[in-house]
This record gives sequence, C-alpha cells and structure tokens, in this order.
Amino acid sequence: MSVIINRDQCTGCEECLTSCPFDAIEIREGKAFINENCQICMACLSACPEDAIIETEKEETAEIDAQEYKGVWVFAEQREGNIASVAFELLGVGRKLAHDLNTELSAVLFGAPESGAQELIRWGADKVYLSNNPIFETFNDEPYSELLSSLIKEYHPEIVLAGATAIGRSFIPRVAAKLVTGLTADCTSLEIDKETRNLFQIRPAFGGNIMATILCPNNRPQMATVRPRVMKRGQYNEGRTGEIVHISGEVLSSRTRVMETVKEISDITVNLQEAEFIISGGRGLGDPKGFKLLKELAGLLGGALGASRAAVDEGWISYSHQVGQTGKTVCPKIYIACGISGAVQHLVGMQSSDIIVAINKNPDAPIFNVATYGIVGDLYEIIPLLIKKIKEMRETGKTVNR
Amino acid sequence: MNIVVCIKQVPDTAEVKINPETNTLIRDGVPSIINPFDLHAIEAALQIKEKDGGKVIVITMGPPQAENALRDALSMGADDAVLLTDRAFAGSDTWATSYTLSRAVKKIGADIIICGKQAIDGDTAQVGPEMAEFLNIPHVAYVKKVEDIKADFLRVQRMMDSGYDIVESTFPVLLTVVKEINEPRLPSLKGKMAAKKAVIKKWTSSDIGADEDKIGLKGSPTQVKNIFAPQAKTDRKMLNGTPEEQVEALIQELRSLKCLS
Amino acid sequence: MDYFLTEDQLMIKELTRQIAEEKVIPARHELDEKEEFPWEIMKVLAQSDLFSLFIPEEYGGLGRGCLELCIAVEELSRACLGVSTSYAANALGTSPILLYGSDEQKKKYLPDIAAGKRLVAFALTEANAGSDAGGIQTTARLEGNEYVVNGTKQWITNGGEAEIYTIIAITDRAKGARGASAFIVEKGTPHFSFGKKEKKMGIRASATRELIFDNCRIPKDNILGKEGMGFIVAMKTLDNSRTGVGAQGVGVAQGAFEEAVKFARQRVQFGHPIISFQAVQHMLADMAIDIEAARALVYSVARYIDSGAKEISKESAIAKVFATDLAMRVTTNAVQVMGGSGYMREYPVEKMMRDAKILQIYEGTNQIQRNVIGQALIKEAAKGK
Repeated sequence: MSVIINRDQCTGCEECLTSCPFDAIEIREGKAFINENCQICMACLSACPEDAIIETEKEETAEIDAQEYKGVWVFAEQREGNIASVAFELLGVGRKLAHDLNTELSAVLFGAPESGAQELIRWGADKVYLSNNPIFETFNDEPYSELLSSLIKEYHPEIVLAGATAIGRSFIPRVAAKLVTGLTADCTSLEIDKETRNLFQIRPAFGGNIMATILCPNNRPQMATVRPRVMKRGQYNEGRTGEIVHISGEVLSSRTRVMETVKEISDITVNLQEAEFIISGGRGLGDPKGFKLLKELAGLLGGALGASRAAVDEGWISYSHQVGQTGKTVCPKIYIACGISGAVQHLVGMQSSDIIVAINKNPDAPIFNVATYGIVGDLYEIIPLLIKKIKEMRETGKTVNR
Repeated sequence: MNIVVCIKQVPDTAEVKINPETNTLIRDGVPSIINPFDLHAIEAALQIKEKDGGKVIVITMGPPQAENALRDALSMGADDAVLLTDRAFAGSDTWATSYTLSRAVKKIGADIIICGKQAIDGDTAQVGPEMAEFLNIPHVAYVKKVEDIKADFLRVQRMMDSGYDIVESTFPVLLTVVKEINEPRLPSLKGKMAAKKAVIKKWTSSDIGADEDKIGLKGSPTQVKNIFAPQAKTDRKMLNGTPEEQVEALIQELRSLKCLS
Repeated sequence: MDYFLTEDQLMIKELTRQIAEEKVIPARHELDEKEEFPWEIMKVLAQSDLFSLFIPEEYGGLGRGCLELCIAVEELSRACLGVSTSYAANALGTSPILLYGSDEQKKKYLPDIAAGKRLVAFALTEANAGSDAGGIQTTARLEGNEYVVNGTKQWITNGGEAEIYTIIAITDRAKGARGASAFIVEKGTPHFSFGKKEKKMGIRASATRELIFDNCRIPKDNILGKEGMGFIVAMKTLDNSRTGVGAQGVGVAQGAFEEAVKFARQRVQFGHPIISFQAVQHMLADMAIDIEAARALVYSVARYIDSGAKEISKESAIAKVFATDLAMRVTTNAVQVMGGSGYMREYPVEKMMRDAKILQIYEGTNQIQRNVIGQALIKEAAKGK
C-alpha cells in the first residue's frame, strides 16, 4: 500500500506541501509528487482540497480467527509486594472493554502474595494469574516478559493492558516483539469498535501536539500501555469473588541482576520546563509561607513550583523558579497562577500554556485576560479547598460503593 | 568492543502544530534534528570508548535525508555510520522498525547497543526493548549512569519511578538512556570536517537479509487510523460563587478535559 | 547578506554560533556579575577544536587564516565580549611564536595550544608604557645560559590563567628601537608572579592581571627570533590581531542590535510596538548600516591579509578603528532604544555597552590607530602611489 497523487485531479495548488512531516511532497512539472521520503503516515490526505491524494489498495491480509482470542488482560505491576495504583485504574477501563466485548477481565500478577490477587478481584478482575516465584521479587525484564508471553500464548487474550511506568515501558515491548503483535504506548483513551471488535487506541504524538488513533487489526493480542492517573479506577466490591490461577514460573532465568535499590524522595525539583502542571505564586502570596501551600498542591498534582519576579525579589523562593521575561519560559498543560497580577513581563513566560487558571483577589488583574479559568478570590481560601477536594476525589475512588 | 548507537532524525516537535480545522500537520520550516535523547546515547557511547576503548558505530533507519543526522553524529566523534534506507521500510511501526534495526545490528556485531529512551515524534519508548528481544539479548532501560564496565559484565543505574536500581548485565546488552546520564558534547571542527568527507554505508532490506513480511507497512501490526488536533483551549470562563462552588467548578472543568484524576 | 563564505567557513560559523547560543549566552550574566574566568567555556572551545584554527597543520592545528578566526571571534562576541576576549587573546599571545618561533619552540608549545590545553597571553603594556610601547622598562639580561627578567607588565589579558606568556623586554637600552627582544615565559617559573585581578568596567569575565618578574630566570632558548627584534615582533603581532578586534566590534554590535530589535517589537507604548515609530526605526536603521559596513570591511581586510599581503598595518588599523568606534555607538543606541529596561542589569545590553568600550582602547587605542594610518598614508604618498 502506498500514498500517491492522482495527477488528473491535482491542480498544483501546493496546499499539501507543508502538511508532510517528512518533506516527501514536491512539485514536479506543476503537479504534486510524493517522493521516496514518504512514511505513509497519511497526514497529507486531508490537506488536498481536490481529494487528489489517495491511498492505494491495501493488500489482502489473513483474517484472524476471532474465536481464538478472547478476554481482556491487565498486567498488574507490583513493587515490594504492593500493587501499583495504575493496576486498579487499568481494571477500571478494562472492565468497560470486557463489557463491550462481552468477555472476561483477568489480571496478571507476578511477585505478590495471594492477598494482592484478592485485591485485584475486588477491583474488578474475574480471574487472576498469579506467580509468586522469588525471581519476581526484583524487577528484571527477561523473566517478566518470558512468563507473560507464555501465559498469553497459552490463554490467548485479545487485549493486554499495562501501566506505562518504568517497569511497564521497559518489559512490555519485549512481549510485543516476541508475540509479533502491536503495542501502543501512553494511550489516553481506549474504546471498542463495535463492528470489528477492534480496540481503538488513542494517544498523543509529536510531543503532544497531535493525537492519533491507532489500530492493531490483524495481530493479537492488541497491547496498550496507559500512564498512571489517566484512567479512573472502576468499582470496588468488597465481597467480589473470582478465580486465582497459580503459575510456578520455575524455568525462568535472567541475564540481568538487580544489585541494589536506592529510593529517592523526590523533592519538588521537577524541571519547570518539562512539568505538565505548574503552580505559580506571586506578590499576592504576601508571605513565603504561601509557597508551602502551593508546594502541597504541586505535590498532589506531580507538578513544579513557579514564581513571578515579585516573589523572587522578595526572597520568598529562589530564582530558578522564576517564570517570565527575565526568568524561564514555560508551556505546561496547566498553569495555575496564584496572587499573580499578570504583568506583561510575566505573561511572556507562560501565556502559551494549554490551560491557565488564575486566582486573584483583584477582579481587574490583567491575568484574567489570558486565563482559561478565572477565580476572583483569596488564594488562601481557594487553594486549601482545592487540595481538600482533590484528596477527597481520590479517596472516593478508593472507597466502597454501596 | 563494538558499541552501536541507534539514532533517529525527527522534526523538532516543539514546533510541529496541527491545523485543527483540517487535521493536517503544519510543518512549515520545522527543522530536522537528531532526536535529543539519541544525543545522550551518542555521548554515552563516546564516553565508554574514551574510558574502555572500542568503536562507535551509529545507525539509523530512515529516508535518504537521515544521512545528515548520521553526519552530525560522526562530527561528535563516532567512528562509523550506516544508513538503512529502502522504500520497503516506509510505514514501519515500532515492531517493524525494531526488527529492521536488529537485522542491521546482527550484521555489524555489537557488544553494547545504546538507544535514546524515546523519539520525540513517536514518543513510544518501545524500539530499544523490542530490539533486545529480536536480538535475544538482555536490556536495561532508562539508564542514568554507567557505573562500571568489566570484561564479563557491566553495571548501570536504572531509573525507576521513585529512585533507581543498580543493575548488572552480561554482554551483549542493549541500554536505553535518559537525559540525566550526561551532557552531550558539541561537535568539533575536526569531527565536522571528517564527517563531511565520510562515506556512509547505505543498506537496503536485502543487505540486511530482512524478511519482506516483517518490514515496512507489511510488517507493522499497528496502523494509524487517523490524526486529529488535541482538545483545543476552551474559551475563557470566570468561575463564580462561593469559594466552595468555585473550586468545585474548577475541578469539574479540569476533569472534563481529562487533566485531573 | 551573503558574504560568500566557503563551506568550511560556514561550518566554523555555525559551530561557534551553536557554542555561543548553548553555552555562552546562558552563562554570560553570571560570569559578568561574579567576574569569573570562563573555564568551562574554554574547555568546550578546546573540545570543538577552536583553539586549533590559527595553528598550522604540522603542529596539530587546522591551519586556517585571519577570516576564519574573525568569523569565530565575531560569533563569540555576539554572545559575550568577555568570553571572546579570553579566546582571542590566545591568538594574540601565540602570534609571536607563529611568526618568529624556531621549529623547536613551535613543536614544544603549539600542539598544546592547538588542543586548548594551555592558554596563552601576550605581555607588552606597562604602567609607564601603554600607547608609548617604546617606553617599556622590563629588562632581560643575558647571564650565561639564562636571561634574567625584571619588571612588571600591566593589564595583561588572560594574566594568571594562561600558562604560556610571550613578553617583550629590553635587552639593550642603548640600541633604542632595536633594543628589545621577545621571550616565552611559562607560568610556574620561579620569581614570576601575578598581581591581583583588576576590577574593570566591562569584559569582567576576562582576567586582567599584572605580571611581576623579580629576577626571574628563563632559559636562553626561550628568546623568540634574535635579540633586538622585540619591537618588530610586537608590531607584527599587533598588525595581525587588529582585524580580530574589529571582528569583536562587529559581533558585539550585532548582539546588541538583535536585542534592541527584539525589545522594540514587543514593547508597546501609545498603543503600538515602539518599532513602528520612525524615531526608533531610524536608530535601528543606522545600527544596521553600521554593522553591515563594519562586517564587510573586516571581512575584506581579513581576506586581504589571508591573500599573503605584506603591508597590512593601514588596512588592519582601518578595520579596527571603524568597527570598534561603531560598536560603542551601536551598543549605546541599543540601550537607548530599550530605554529604562536597557539600563537595567537584567537585560544584556548595558553589559554590551560596558564591554564595548575597551575595544576602542586595547591593542592600540583608536588614536594610535589613526597615527598608524596617518603614517602609512604619508609613506604611500611619498612612494607616489
């Protein structure tokens, strides 16, 4: 299959040239021509006002025997015997997918005790494949991927989900390579296409500047990783029961060895320019203690602390946090400006943030001209409330639904 | 010792935007660069060579212009470069890319293979580990420091979600590296001059003995169904009411935008 | 404007610019505030082979000419004159060795200089001998196999940081203009010490110190050329380096100009960006005119020198005077365009203005340069040119 120009329909308008990320379109004899740089990403198809760009016929590929592959699996990762929160979030979306496919939801758990498997069942798994072979106590890619691959080969799930964590992102690709199947990383959305029973895997690319819908139509299982905190946990059911299948994992080996694990308490030293959330404080804080409050919020959101020049000049926070014309320029997903008036020198440093939330006592503060969401209020009332509500929201995710 | 570094030429994604009306990429004047993580990979390889000896070979799979990326790597001090280029490779997803690269690595022969953690266009971070699987060798991902290289094994620090592990591996081994590992050097003039003169090997699918069913679009289990603009910034809204109401409204808005969980 | 640089020259320009953008610009403010010598940047320049530009290939260098050096100096100066002075002073200090060194001396010193392992400084100026270089009082007395050096050099760039010093000292006062000689002295030689680091108006990252010679003994073989050639060595050295100072002028003017334009585009007053006001546009236009003229002149003179021209004093003096006088003008106007902000230390232009002043003073004041040009004119006219 390839992408070609229908020269009869092409008017040489050149609209398509800039749509190509690979410089694969050029003008030859007045009409567009796709050269060897083409990566068949199909970004150009919709750029042509004359519909002159077309994909040629796909080759016939073998139909998969849909009967063979059934079930939605979630790989539940653990560290030191504790199941990571992302596993419960995956069970949440897994449940929906299993429901849409009218099939079973299972979890795979290595290196945790049976109580962990029980917990997974309460969070929605119908079945748990459990191995507490000591080789899983520390994380090495080979034993994990060997066992998961052989389980998949034996039980043929149609979908396998895992957390896009340090562990997941490291070994799940090995599984996909071994099983000759597709893996889509960092999905933000997962849905079943009712007609084909295929999984739509939606994820960001180009640094988040575009979203792409990925399919794995002809290979199984369809594998996807999801970042923590993207999906919601499902329902917790105290009395839920399910099946636990014990796997021994005896013949596994590893060519890598973990010699030592070093824990680091991450300070809020998240790189300002790479943070997704920035909580920023200005003169309106009135007091360096304000940053303690903002730090708490930043910790909850996994974000970085920013500051306006006024706050830095007052000595309330170090210059490395300064955002603005004579500080850093940032472009996070969410920028929360607390007690910042919005002088142009500050705006220059943050106005291209995706979402700007402004909290200020003064309704005429210029920051409200650029804020996506403006709250006229006292940050010392709003922020604690915000912290409280976020904590509550997350707790409710955990509590039992009656 | 052969140290093979896999690099990718990517558009500078900070500049790539999508036209929300037509869902097309706007790539006017966006420069092509070496994937930033791969610069760290090249630097890591050079440092190993400087300390323990060896030869640094850089490879990439891409269209003909990817040769520029290889020359940039040579100008930093890499010894040799190979460009894998073939129309048949077009449309490769990570599976097919990893397969192709691993065929090349097999042909070259490597003790250590180093990849950047992820490419800033695809952002999958999958190619490194998948390559290791194809080569049937161990890998360590997210390496933030190479502690020691001995005759039979190496020891590295692997970044985890909150801290790091110290991991040892036998050879051959594949490493993916994170930015924290080093500060990539700038090219040298002598390096740039040598890079200009260098003859870069170009290999096609038959040169690496690739199975045509496993490369390019044919060999790719995943496909892009469509691309679209991310949720556009909503219009400005003032949130009114009591502080409780304001906070509640804010949380709702952020959750509806999938920004908060 | 295209100056028709060769591929190699473009490569040097690109690489130096990359270093300037990635390493120099982020550090320049702090280097200036702390008056710190830019060792880290020197290491990067060394690793990128920039110290080998002006060293011949047989001694480990790239064997390039004046234009290549000017291109590199211009790019560094656009970012920070303190850094570019520290870099360019090496070329100045190495000139005597390149021009008059024996093969042994070149073999001994040039490879390390090319690798950027050892920095160099040139020492002529003294407290009582600035423009009047002939009035130097440092002496070097031959005693058996050694010369004994006595005296104090003043305001030496890279003083204390460099390891290799090329100095001019009087060997026979009676011989007047033929009474001085040039020597190489290495840091660490006993009785060779440094004064305190001077506090300056600008180029604060550059280290400026006194060199103190107190019966300092150096090997006889450290003489460059023959006894009596000292002032010729000095004059030729300065002839060669003047164009580089011109390139510094072009660079700093370019940097200041870019800042002024950037600011004028975003500063809104009376409802418009100030760049839309004719008064501002005219100032910027004058700056652009000056810079382009200076660059064209400096490059032309550099090319002339590289063609192997014998008499270059007048041309290099012209380039130096023109480019440095306008650098002062352009940087001052850049501050003016930026108004109050331009005056604030937060913004880079006040530093550029403070830095630019020295260009009119060192390596021969612009008044002395005019003397040089005047004398050359007289000579030419006498020859009936």
